[in-house]
Amino acid sequence: MAKHSVSLTVNGDEHDLLIEPRKTLLAVLRDTIGLTGTKEGCSTGDCGACTVIVDGKAVTSCMVLGVTASGKEITTIEGLASDGELHPVQQAFINTGGYQCGFCTPGFIMASKVLLDENPNRSEEEFRHALGGNICRCTGYTKILEAILQAAEEIR
Amino acid sequence: MRSFEFFEPTTVAEASRLFAQEHAQLLAGGTDLVIGMKALTETPQSVISLQKIPGLTGITTEADNSISIGAMAKVREVELSADIQQHHTALAEGASEIGSIQIRNLATIGGNIAHASPAADTVAGLLVADAQVDIASADGERSVPIDELFTGPGQTVLAPGEIITRFRLPSPASGSHYIKHKIREVMDLAFIGVAAAINLDNGTITDARIGLAAVAPTPIRATAAENLLNGNAPTAELVEQAGEAAAAASSPISDLRCSAEHRKEMVDVLTRRTIQQALERARG
Repeated sequence: MAKHSVSLTVNGDEHDLLIEPRKTLLAVLRDTIGLTGTKEGCSTGDCGACTVIVDGKAVTSCMVLGVTASGKEITTIEGLASDGELHPVQQAFINTGGYQCGFCTPGFIMASKVLLDENPNRSEEEFRHALGGNICRCTGYTKILEAILQAAEEIR
Repeated sequence: MRSFEFFEPTTVAEASRLFAQEHAQLLAGGTDLVIGMKALTETPQSVISLQKIPGLTGITTEADNSISIGAMAKVREVELSADIQQHHTALAEGASEIGSIQIRNLATIGGNIAHASPAADTVAGLLVADAQVDIASADGERSVPIDELFTGPGQTVLAPGEIITRFRLPSPASGSHYIKHKIREVMDLAFIGVAAAINLDNGTITDARIGLAAVAPTPIRATAAENLLNGNAPTAELVEQAGEAAAAASSPISDLRCSAEHRKEMVDVLTRRTIQQALERARG
């Protein structure tokens, strides 16, 4: 089948690519562009490991066809730090040990980043509910939540 | 995922002509289709994205408080729309029950309805909003009431090439509510969905609407229950009778998730609760 030319802006860099329509955005990011920080967990939208930010919104990139992301601004975990400085939510995950095996961490961080941008004043319960689409297979939720609350305080 | 031809038409007519071909699928938010294509339960030869067609997005409110929702409006937009929260609370609540935020940022209300799952979380809210579904094809346009859209699980009255373009919600209710019976807080399918919308005038119910999801081959209105309520002052006894009437109108199946008996029993309970909450909101 014919490949399509797409233009993706990923972490500020423009990528003009020829891709097969059946490639998900997740596959394009990992396999075509080589940004493997975004993880493939369930690949059915249930676990949130593949969460990236598209035009300011957190989305599960395993459910997006790469061709439909053409012209959009994408931010992955690799694009969160600026000038060598970690984003407050990244630093908070380190401070609290908000990860065990680390596989779910990029997804949690990207989802949390948008939640914190929108409203750092959410309650613990609201953060819990809003992160319901992210699963930690190691069940390290206590420290993850601690990290997010710490980042929220930092941002406030 | 199998290979397919990908199209991004810019008009509904063009999309309709492509969609009328054999083995064609429409792509809206992709949260059902992309997963289906990975599982090979969907193997379309052509996929037609609706993303580039102008006029299918947005939520607008007219002077008379009627609301128009583009089929490509994201479920998250429906959930967060102040006008929908105010005038069609049950719909906003239903939207908030779908998947996760990441999924709601992708999924569209048109996709949730066109997929025609009897358990769709936006459907009960649209039913009690008396929503009109605008449909377009290369041959023209028509509009059907939402309670006439579905013909069976996954089945609608949409003809080949017909595309849902918009939902029009004519009459705001003074109070409405949606309850999703589920196990997980998020990322769950509804065992049962019940919505009620109620208008009160001087303590009398002038207009009661009850929508049921996941308890029949299609989403349904519980009209017998509505008729019991209409024209009467809400009493505990009346609400109880309405719950029983709604349960009698349901014809649920047993599946892995729960039994038909449980579903039927719970339709009664949840209809009563939903009516009570809608009444409370209608009283302000």
